[in-house]
Amino acid sequence: MTRMCLARAAATATALVLFGGMALAEVESEDPIKLTLHDWTGQLITTNIMAAVLEEAGYNVELVQADYLAQFAGLETGDLHVAMEIWETTGREAMDAAVAKGGVVNMGETGMLAKEEWWYPLYMKEKCPGLPDWKALNDCAAAFATAETGAKGRYLGGPVTWGGFDEERIAALGLNYEVIHAGTDAAMFAELESAYQRKDPILLWVYAPHWAPQKYEGEWVEFPPYEAACYTDPAWGSNPTATHDCGKPFGPIWKVGWAGLPEKWPGADKAIRAFHIENDAMGAMIAKVDLDGQTVEDVVNEWMDANEATWSAWIAK
Amino acid sequence: MKTWPLIWAGLAVVALVLARAVAVPDGWLWPPQAMHLPLARWISAGMAWLTDSAAIGPVTVKDLTRGFARLIEAPYEAARVLLVEGITEGRGRRATTIVPPLSWVAVTVAAVALGHYARDIWLGLIAGALMLYLAVFGQWDSAMITLASIVIAVPLGVAGGLGLGIAALHWRPFERVLSPVLDLMQTVPTFAYLVPVLVLFGFGPVAALLATVIYAMPPMVRVTLVALRGVPPEIVDFANMAGCTPGQRMRKVMLPVALPDLMVGVNQVIMLSLNMVIIASMIGAGGLGADVLESLRRLNIGGGIEAGLAITALAVVLDRLGQALATRAGGGRGAKGNWLRRHPRTVLVLAVTLISAAAGYLIPAVQDWPKEWTVTTKGFWADLMQWINVNYYDQLEALRNWTLVNLLIPVKDFLLALPWPFVLGTVALAGWALGGWRLAALTGALGLFLAATGLWEQAMITLYLCGVSVLIAMCIGVPLGIWAASGETAGKVIGAVIDTLQTLPSFVYLIPVVMLFRVGDFSAMIAVVLYALVPAVRYTAHGLRSVPEELIEAGIVSGATRGQILRKIRLPMAVPMMLLGLNQTILLALSMLVITALVGTRDLGQEVYIALTKADVGRGLVAGLSVAAIAIIADRLIGAAAKGARERLEGGA
Repeated sequence: MTRMCLARAAATATALVLFGGMALAEVESEDPIKLTLHDWTGQLITTNIMAAVLEEAGYNVELVQADYLAQFAGLETGDLHVAMEIWETTGREAMDAAVAKGGVVNMGETGMLAKEEWWYPLYMKEKCPGLPDWKALNDCAAAFATAETGAKGRYLGGPVTWGGFDEERIAALGLNYEVIHAGTDAAMFAELESAYQRKDPILLWVYAPHWAPQKYEGEWVEFPPYEAACYTDPAWGSNPTATHDCGKPFGPIWKVGWAGLPEKWPGADKAIRAFHIENDAMGAMIAKVDLDGQTVEDVVNEWMDANEATWSAWIAK
Repeated sequence: MKTWPLIWAGLAVVALVLARAVAVPDGWLWPPQAMHLPLARWISAGMAWLTDSAAIGPVTVKDLTRGFARLIEAPYEAARVLLVEGITEGRGRRATTIVPPLSWVAVTVAAVALGHYARDIWLGLIAGALMLYLAVFGQWDSAMITLASIVIAVPLGVAGGLGLGIAALHWRPFERVLSPVLDLMQTVPTFAYLVPVLVLFGFGPVAALLATVIYAMPPMVRVTLVALRGVPPEIVDFANMAGCTPGQRMRKVMLPVALPDLMVGVNQVIMLSLNMVIIASMIGAGGLGADVLESLRRLNIGGGIEAGLAITALAVVLDRLGQALATRAGGGRGAKGNWLRRHPRTVLVLAVTLISAAAGYLIPAVQDWPKEWTVTTKGFWADLMQWINVNYYDQLEALRNWTLVNLLIPVKDFLLALPWPFVLGTVALAGWALGGWRLAALTGALGLFLAATGLWEQAMITLYLCGVSVLIAMCIGVPLGIWAASGETAGKVIGAVIDTLQTLPSFVYLIPVVMLFRVGDFSAMIAVVLYALVPAVRYTAHGLRSVPEELIEAGIVSGATRGQILRKIRLPMAVPMMLLGLNQTILLALSMLVITALVGTRDLGQEVYIALTKADVGRGLVAGLSVAAIAIIADRLIGAAAKGARERLEGGA
């Protein structure tokens, strides 16, 4: 075994020497641009498209698995270079903090809009006809209640780390509900799938772009629309003594990069800033991967073939 | 010694009264704010200093660790070229392969040949069949990525463990320092040190690889120490007389003599490395772990099970080959003739490699298992889950509610209502009763550490969740162990089931459990029980089997029935072993905490997980050390109890 390995390694080394120099050059730096991968499909697609486009332009690209928030430590030091999806809803604070420290720059909007809010399957409207207006929630608390929440309705929130101010929202709006935090979004949607199969009551945090609103029929609860003042000024909204008496903010999904990137790879910087894709196109691609079982690679290749005109403009000199 | 039961009973009554009837004043229920040490801040500051400004002479620590990472990256890249990527030209979608990686045919034949070399053709065929499983179920590419990191992580873990073990053997003070460090390495949850590893070694597969090594190395150090200490002194004396230098004595005499024992350590390193596959994939290792996570995020339970079983398959192949090589080690090499004749299998594998690589250009199926030939059981699992869910949910829900209302919630409320000085005192008293004042000082000090971290509430929730889970695991595991010890067939079947439970990543069954029991403590408890069950079964069966024959025969002669022999002879004799099993069950339950944080618990595991996602080094390590403190308290108390039980048995015999 060892001998075989050695022989192979030797062959590899020779081949690397022979062919290593043949890569197409003409980019500013041969160093790999490191893009981060997270654990949701949409982000994998966005990042893989960006990587494929940069490769078309001749850049050396490396995809690195990194945690959504932990990655800022790497982006600040230049260990990592590009994060393709920082959501206004969940990543804004971390992004602003990193930009303020220096080392990280906001590279503009991706064109996609993040939406997240309380969500219920359509069949719940029979049990709670007042929906989607949030004022109907208290009348139906019993319909959403379980053994451990007692008389209160059960709202399945995201992992604690997602934030979201749901406890504050419940208190401010006087809702008779209790937040049960799922540990991961896999656990959260496992519950949705299970309840949906049985047509059982469920009220949970759903976000888009994601496959869940594509697969299940349902609606978002309509809270008083978010304004910045609602989260900071108690006087705002129906409850004069509390903040968070409104829905969750909607907002763009941002691209973020290492501050040294524009200098080191100006062309790549331009391409990343030009990257633009919209919710519908992304939703369709996510559905292909998560619901039809295609690979991310195939879906990305398909998009690249179909949209050559679009992406070649991003990397045009 | 008759007074202890009375004291414990009295304490229990006091505890009940305290929890039920007395309103505990502020600062007595949970440690007061003034007691909290800002440990998390100190650790974070220390870490920032270490990564930003610490330097040895002109070289900063960060440069040093980064250099080390690059050193490891080279062989890892080579393994990837060999197994995964081959040599390609161009980039991304335009890449063309010049030299392909090893084909599935070549790797499978190599596995068969290695099995044949290590023991016999049957082992070879089993290894080959498991490799075929990887190909048939479409897991090949991911499995090779995982294998590429395993073949680097395992030698690193073995070499590191061996080196530390030998150093500790020669140098007593080092051993004294190393021993608690090993305890911490085994009990601090992996998530807690992922962030420091990322900061020091950079993002990417190498950091994941190093985290795997840290996790998998401690047993190798311990085994090395035990194995080398176990080399008979006559052999060492003989080596000295023969004029060996210390180096020669170690290389030529002691290590070869200890080899069979050392291989046990190698095995542990392999198994633990594979246990880390899922967690490593969270920080960039890719491979099968990433497949499991991705499948489950899509609620593709079948996909998760298939990828999870692929990890089990790899573990079984490596484990069986390793064990066979261990028993073979030291065996004679009889073959004669030239190199070709002496190494028929190597020649065969080389030939297959070359031929399959060449044939791969003409017939792609020889190189890559064609997609159309892959089989999947996805539909089956999805249908099965739906069927159970739709037809039996009400019964399952009733079971869940009953357990919650009658067991989980009362225990939780009880523990959370106990004042902390009372808990601390009880722990110290237990230490004194079981192991004298030294143990009392240790358990008391660790308890005080928990109070000073400001994580008392989380620690009590941890205690509750693990305590209940361990109780249930023992209630299921001990009878299963008794059953497994009762006959050959039962032993084999149960053995296979618990082997699978141990190597199958727990995440695979976590999501189906959530679908049936919702997020929360009950689902977490089931996952912990399933995982922690294994040592309870294994040690009980082992303890029962190793009861001396004479004792059992004596029982038969005096006319005892089978039931009486079990109750009066075998079970009492097996108690020390079963206590070790309990000890391991507790440690495994604690190590599952971080995983159960993924279904929304509120214990120390959740604290570690939050710290990971916020990249907060100090917070994570403090929570991790708190878990370790609980683990060490439990370990030492039960260890002392087991020692006491053994002494009583030996005294009585």
